[in-house]
Amino acid sequence: MKYYLADNYLDEKKVEWKKMRDGAGIGMAELGEKKKDMVVLGADTAGSARAKYFAKKFPERFVQVGVAEQNLTGVAAGLAYEGKVPYVVTYAAFLVGRAWEPIRTTMAYPENHAVYVSSHAGLATGSDGPTHQMTEDISIMSCLPGFTVIAPADYQQARDAVKAAYDLKGPVYIRNVREATPAFTTESTPYEVGKAQVLREGKDVTAIGHGFMVYWLLLIAEELKDELSIEVINLHTIKPLDKETILKSAKKTGHVFTAEDHNIVGGMGSMVADMLAQNYPVPMKLHGVMDEFAESGSFKDLAKKYKLDKEGTKKELKKFMKEWRKYVSLSVRN
Amino acid sequence: MPLHYEKVKVLEKKANQIRQDLIKMLEEAGAGHSAGPLGMADIFTAFYFHVLKHDPKNPMWPERDRLILSNGHIVPIRYVTLHHAGYDITKKELMTLRKIDSRIEGHPSYKLIPYLETSSGPLGEGLSQAAGMALSAKMDGKEHDWHIWCLMSDGEQEEGMTWEAAMLASKYRLSNLTGIIDRNNIQIDGFTEDVMPLEPLRDKYESFGWHVMEMNGHDMTEIVSTLEEAKAIQEKPVLIIANTIPGKGVDFMEYDYHWHGVPPGGGPEDDVKKKEQAKEALKQLRTLGGKIEHGE
Repeated sequence: MKYYLADNYLDEKKVEWKKMRDGAGIGMAELGEKKKDMVVLGADTAGSARAKYFAKKFPERFVQVGVAEQNLTGVAAGLAYEGKVPYVVTYAAFLVGRAWEPIRTTMAYPENHAVYVSSHAGLATGSDGPTHQMTEDISIMSCLPGFTVIAPADYQQARDAVKAAYDLKGPVYIRNVREATPAFTTESTPYEVGKAQVLREGKDVTAIGHGFMVYWLLLIAEELKDELSIEVINLHTIKPLDKETILKSAKKTGHVFTAEDHNIVGGMGSMVADMLAQNYPVPMKLHGVMDEFAESGSFKDLAKKYKLDKEGTKKELKKFMKEWRKYVSLSVRN
Repeated sequence: MPLHYEKVKVLEKKANQIRQDLIKMLEEAGAGHSAGPLGMADIFTAFYFHVLKHDPKNPMWPERDRLILSNGHIVPIRYVTLHHAGYDITKKELMTLRKIDSRIEGHPSYKLIPYLETSSGPLGEGLSQAAGMALSAKMDGKEHDWHIWCLMSDGEQEEGMTWEAAMLASKYRLSNLTGIIDRNNIQIDGFTEDVMPLEPLRDKYESFGWHVMEMNGHDMTEIVSTLEEAKAIQEKPVLIIANTIPGKGVDFMEYDYHWHGVPPGGGPEDDVKKKEQAKEALKQLRTLGGKIEHGE
């Protein structure tokens, strides 16, 4: 598979940094031109969560509910029952955290087709602090039957994901972050919901990420290429999990490392571990937010302190491989 | 136009039959709510036998009125009324309430029976969804083609989400939406005014920009004329406070909050022993509380 990543994407200084929430917002406005039954709902965050592009273009199909996230979901469900395709947009913590039970009852249980588009997920929210840094959204949305859960890797993938979600069935959650992140995919990069992308092939360890962590994994794989052969997977769709691609890679490398800007409890890593434990257990390391609340700070400083930057992630990956290579050399398996 | 005297009698008789089937259904289920469904029997009868624009043979008719049941726990009265109105819920199926493999769940499931319009149960969510449906019709220029009715309990006015929806309906001038509160003054833990005072309910909705009406929820003529009038109000959403008696028609259940969440056979034994409760309730309904010797 050819992925047509950005030219010189491996050069950290040359890669462009763009906001995923802009990608999602612009994608919704573009989609609205073709899909007349599409409606966008905002909760006093149309500016910052980027529903504004659609709202400006199609004011008659934009619903402003005010600061009321439970009603945001309820009204969207009413529209969905009537055959509209609602896109529900605000900050992750409020969008799915505040309204979880209404989402369960009015969207998941009746299998309504609605697309939840967040911004401000993860520590990439930056200085707003833990109240706004949503690090449990993947966990609470993945456990709802019938939900599709998507965490795009960058700006372009967010733009593609909101469009692809229109043709899915049932409710969908798309996770976006506030701060600009490396824009390493392009308009030519193929995108298919549910199909993990093996962006780099390797044989020693499988490194799986979502969101901006995928970019770090690609850089790490390049930097360590002389000592470790790392296979990098962009797991942009977390549910349904692309079992086939992950299993194939795990069988090849025998080691799996997951990295995400999300709590390790119930996150993407948990779901990969869950699947592998039942099908092909291999040594694993789950790297991410270590079941704690962070703090205010710039995205850069937070990433460094909580080891979600390139260096912190690289260190964890090397440590994991060192430990397991030692163990494997002592065991009967070798 | 006021209802003809003969039509009133027909509707009253129908409501009585529906109450009797409700008692049998709840007794067979061995679980469920008695007070609310009995109290709403007259309003459900008025809807399905006179007010609603609907077609039992084409239940998802696009131009049908939408009846949203926010307080899903009273759904047994809807199942019985739907059966009597000619929908595909059979008399035999009524006896499967809350049982395994049944379509008629303890709380309504849209996936199993789409003409229930929504899944519901968790309180305070119906008005938001009804507002979304009203908004959808308005976006399509269909606000005069069908009406959206949202039935709520009084207890669920304690949910904050209800008031979020009340603000939105007013903002978007959803005159194609009418909310109806079953004002029976009880909820599962006691009297509403003890659990969490709701009054002045009328003032609250009026200050949120709604047109508010009141009706006696057991007077068929008044129910029908109030519902008809609600459809004619323009520019504002309408809220009807329906004053009802919980447990209406069965004297040992009336006004008693202990009958909120239990079926006949599982209620308080102050007046009637558990094993006699269904029999006694049916006797009272058949004889109209002893007014006639032999009922149907």
